[in-house]
Amino acid sequence: MRGAILATALTVAALAAGPVRAEPDNYTESERGRYLTILGDCMACHIGPDGQSLAGGHLLETPFGKISVPNITPDDETGIGRWTADDFDQAMRHGVRPDGTHLYPAFPYTSFTKMSRADNDAIFAYLRTRPAVEHRVDRDTLPFPFNIRLLMAGWNWLNFTPGEFQPDPQRSAEYNRGAYLVEGPAHCGLCHTPRNLIGGDQTSAHLEGGALQGWFAPNITADKRLGIGDWSEAEIIAYLRTGHTERSAASGPMAEVVAYSTSQMTEADLKAIAVYLRERGGAGSAAPAPVPAEDSRMRAGAAIYDDTCAACHVGDGSGATGMFPRLANNQLILQDDPTGILRVVLQGSQSVATPQAPTAPSMPSFSWRLTDQQVADVATFIRNSWGNAAPAVSAEQVRKMRELTAERPD
Amino acid sequence: MSTRLPRKDVVIVGLGWTGSIMAYELAKAGLDVVAIERGPWRDTASDYNIATAPDELRYAVRQDIFLRPAQDTQTARNNMSQTALPIRKYGSYLPGNGVGGAGVHWNGHTWRFFPTDFNLRTHYTQKYGAGIIPEDCTVQDWPVSYDELEPHYDFFEKVCGISGKAGNIRGTIQPGGNPFEGWRSDEYPTKPLKPNLGQTMFHKAATELGLHPFPLPSANISEAYTNPYGVRLAPCTYCGFCEWFGCANYSKSSPQTCVLPVLMRQTNFEARTLCEVMKVNTTPDGKMATGVTYVDSAGREWEQPADMVLLCAYAIFNVRLLMLSNIGTQYDPVNNTGTLGRNYAYQTNAGSVGWYGKDVNFNPFAGAGSLGMMADDFNGDNFDHTGLGFIGGANIACNTTGGRPISNRPVPPGTPRWGSAWKKATVDNYGHSQGVGTQGSSMSYRDVYLDLDPTYKDRLGRPLMRMTFDFKENDLKMSRYVVDQTARIARAMGANQVTTTYKQAGWSVVPYQTTHNTGGAVMSSTPQDGVVNRYTQHWDVPNLFVSGACLFPQNAGYNPTGTVGALAYWALDAIKNQYLKNPGQPMVQA
Amino acid sequence: MSVFSRRQLLSATALVAFSSSALARNFSGRLPWRPNEAYPPSVVRPGGWYFLTADEVATLDAIVSRLIPGDDLSPSGKDAGCTVFIDRQLAGPYGTYEWLYMQGPFSSKPLPTQGIQSPLVPQQQYRQGLAALAAYCRQNFGGKTFEQLAPEEQDKLLQGMEKGEVQLPGLAAPNLTTTMLFNLLLQNTMEGFFADPIYGGNKDMCGWRMIGFPGVRYDFRDVLNNPGKPYTKPPVSIMGRPDWNGAPT
Repeated sequence: MRGAILATALTVAALAAGPVRAEPDNYTESERGRYLTILGDCMACHIGPDGQSLAGGHLLETPFGKISVPNITPDDETGIGRWTADDFDQAMRHGVRPDGTHLYPAFPYTSFTKMSRADNDAIFAYLRTRPAVEHRVDRDTLPFPFNIRLLMAGWNWLNFTPGEFQPDPQRSAEYNRGAYLVEGPAHCGLCHTPRNLIGGDQTSAHLEGGALQGWFAPNITADKRLGIGDWSEAEIIAYLRTGHTERSAASGPMAEVVAYSTSQMTEADLKAIAVYLRERGGAGSAAPAPVPAEDSRMRAGAAIYDDTCAACHVGDGSGATGMFPRLANNQLILQDDPTGILRVVLQGSQSVATPQAPTAPSMPSFSWRLTDQQVADVATFIRNSWGNAAPAVSAEQVRKMRELTAERPD
Repeated sequence: MSTRLPRKDVVIVGLGWTGSIMAYELAKAGLDVVAIERGPWRDTASDYNIATAPDELRYAVRQDIFLRPAQDTQTARNNMSQTALPIRKYGSYLPGNGVGGAGVHWNGHTWRFFPTDFNLRTHYTQKYGAGIIPEDCTVQDWPVSYDELEPHYDFFEKVCGISGKAGNIRGTIQPGGNPFEGWRSDEYPTKPLKPNLGQTMFHKAATELGLHPFPLPSANISEAYTNPYGVRLAPCTYCGFCEWFGCANYSKSSPQTCVLPVLMRQTNFEARTLCEVMKVNTTPDGKMATGVTYVDSAGREWEQPADMVLLCAYAIFNVRLLMLSNIGTQYDPVNNTGTLGRNYAYQTNAGSVGWYGKDVNFNPFAGAGSLGMMADDFNGDNFDHTGLGFIGGANIACNTTGGRPISNRPVPPGTPRWGSAWKKATVDNYGHSQGVGTQGSSMSYRDVYLDLDPTYKDRLGRPLMRMTFDFKENDLKMSRYVVDQTARIARAMGANQVTTTYKQAGWSVVPYQTTHNTGGAVMSSTPQDGVVNRYTQHWDVPNLFVSGACLFPQNAGYNPTGTVGALAYWALDAIKNQYLKNPGQPMVQA
Repeated sequence: MSVFSRRQLLSATALVAFSSSALARNFSGRLPWRPNEAYPPSVVRPGGWYFLTADEVATLDAIVSRLIPGDDLSPSGKDAGCTVFIDRQLAGPYGTYEWLYMQGPFSSKPLPTQGIQSPLVPQQQYRQGLAALAAYCRQNFGGKTFEQLAPEEQDKLLQGMEKGEVQLPGLAAPNLTTTMLFNLLLQNTMEGFFADPIYGGNKDMCGWRMIGFPGVRYDFRDVLNNPGKPYTKPPVSIMGRPDWNGAPT
């Protein structure tokens, strides 16, 4: 079955005619395309060195090496200026370039396949309205054997189910719109679903959280303990709109998602996403027993917390709304994988600035002040206080994270 | 040779309080704005990490947060017969440096001057007769009234989120507030800070003495707050590292916590740091500013042309830049000519300390820059000056700003400075004494002024500014009068012993007094009395505007920042609604 | 092309806005921020001397222990690390007054109200001052060094220096008087005793414990909720406190 669809797709690509230059003159279509590029968060990956265009060029970290992000401005030589709408649709929905070679699934065609041809035509029309930026990107940066793009045919056979989104007639229109957004253009699963060994979705754990780029994208199922099951619809909407709620501040890769994508979505779409995430259910795993307060790690962690963290996050973990996240019942810090909290404690973090919440308060870096054991202990304390319960963190986990975060951009 | 850069609509010198406010409001109005700042970029989480910010040795003692005298300083003398010598190490006052300016390290006392402060000479003359003003005293009325500034005071307080209790809302006296204050259109944005023991004892004692205590209006804010720009601040935690320190938890109003987050989102704004402006450039006839010339950290010189130049550096540096740019006429105290450098003033501070037993725990380390209880009964003209022989007044404050131990280990007079006896006295008294201070007005005088030093130069070869200043008899008399009140209050608070220190003539650059240097480029009703008109527009160069306390014709018994902020918004109102409709034209005809 | 995460790219764009010409630092478009950015002081470790000679160390150990004698209230200045503190301060930017305005001319008759007017930086003041003190002791105490004097003799000499009743040979206004030297020693000793232990003094926060200063806690909302009560939490330094390692205070 998979093979058959793939073959069809390739045939379509082969049959595609030469470049048909349709100058976009349809305001409604390109405007719809503009909004779809927001839904799809194209800017977060394709942003050019000028910080404005979609001229691409930087390297995306994957477990298999660095993938350079292409220029998708309409430049003939270095961008997609010679592409047709058919070419674009093929890339979006099947991960295949006009020359028939395969795209890597760091480009989420596995999600975009749920979009319609009309959607992709609209995006294409919008992209054609933007200035062409000449910016050549080296497209072959992966090490052997991952540099063999043909391998992706096999990968697709294992991991890729093409096909447009099909609404569930049993569900509300709002739910279906949310499902389309989450599973299609917004491609939430690319980060929030764990990967299998070859980088495909672990479909059994869909949206249960995944590691990426040295961060951990938390569980966004309706699991009350680890997911968004305890979040009200209003809280989810506020988070996606502003990046800030009482218990959370978007930072790391999610800061970019909020800045470039969700903060600019319509209220109806944010509500649809919230409805879908809350109604689609969640695994609801049982909480572990908290590490007892008399544990020596908890005692050390309590001292560090009192002296270092409480001036912002408050002794009872309640934080300050819109400034310092609440730590009690904060799903981000309760994930089994402590990457998020360790990263933020070690290297600090700037939260996102949005028009509604422009402050962008930052967490200071404590890598210089705390030893691996001290970071582990304060993380263990935070994860097991005020009703929280999560596995203790080891000094070894901190050591690894410290190595990872020692990398500086300058 | 300088390299000429592309023109901007507005160039701002100095990115502190007024620079960031001006930049944001004008960028928001659509102008292309660049700010040039001689210090570094400063950011809360990076520069004021919660574990490095509270470092007394580094910031308060070694002065790591202030302007380095090696970069720029002043020469000082008490009178014209002395030879001024350079302030080699800042002491009496501590100018800020870098993005945020002194708004980073200030205490956060945020006041409005009294309505009568703005027509000082007229008010005293009408009420007490011309004879009450000393002969050599050059005080003058401001060219702007309290009523005109009120909406701008109000907005600045809202941008900062000031914590306080109103005493007069549109003429109705409010219980718990300052009954002497000018009318306010609104309550303070956030409730007052919580009092420590000292403030509670002061409140009780002052009330019993028939005074009118009220909480100090504070920029260390009491609760989380979102300002009109949408920028959010967090609650103060009374860490005791406010004055001379950057705030680590976003709870002290500053350009960083109130303006920069939205300013930096303006794509038509850019900041250039580590660049020192050499001079304001003018057309050959000197009638228009054409931009500024500055030097970057590599020593390269650049010319930034602009249609408007806004001087937003610290007061004395704005004055010096005008002098170095040959804009305006230098004040000459002998011939009484010129206006630039005239009416420099300072602040007259002194007070009492009460000494208590070991059972009275003031916990001085649990404080905030503006944690204080006040009484204004002897400030301004809130008391009858008949027969007192002075004009002006002082506010009375019982503050708890912190108990940082290198500089703050009070022991009773007569205690040795070292050895076993010192140790015992230190242990017995740390946390068991409480000051009651005054902050007094400082009038302007004919022979107190600023000019360029004939001998000493800065690192770039430009003359240092020379400061000729001393405390004059009017102000000393005023201070003694109010300081005696502090002793009375300290005794009523139940102190075992009270020691009082009076301000003495012979101003010294060594001990810290206050960073409230005012005047030198004062705003005035006529070009004969000052440097800029009532809209802070230069009398001679209409596309040049000046901000800051250098505009004050004399200083009141209050910290200047609230008035500095109000004047910035007052000027912006005029720039946006009048000047930009008719750019390059004077808004007041000379 | 450098390798960076998406997030780092975002921060970097703020810094490179003015692409070609080097105009110092330029900021536009967003609040700059970089991971791991912090500016802590470097931790002073005892062991070895960076500026002081062995003789100077011996004399200073004796002086700081008279200024702050050891007793049941605290260890002595020496045991608190004040000499280590002074050595490291002198070896750093403070030792050369690196950030002060040190251009001439230096007046021969400055007024006391005009503050520091000596061309001598702290390194020179210590070297010349301690040499003068050594010479004075040799001449007046039968060839002994300061540290060989009895504590009472040391106190008396220090009191004389403080009051200007003792004039050490070769020290004179305006560059360095005996009283100026004494005030410098006292100031630096107290700095060492009460500054954060990261700078080499105030060992185990002994100066802070002595008076009940809680250090860098940064949150005293508990005090303000209950003013007037004795404060009982232990002090915290920039590098923490023993409880952070599971050890009791």
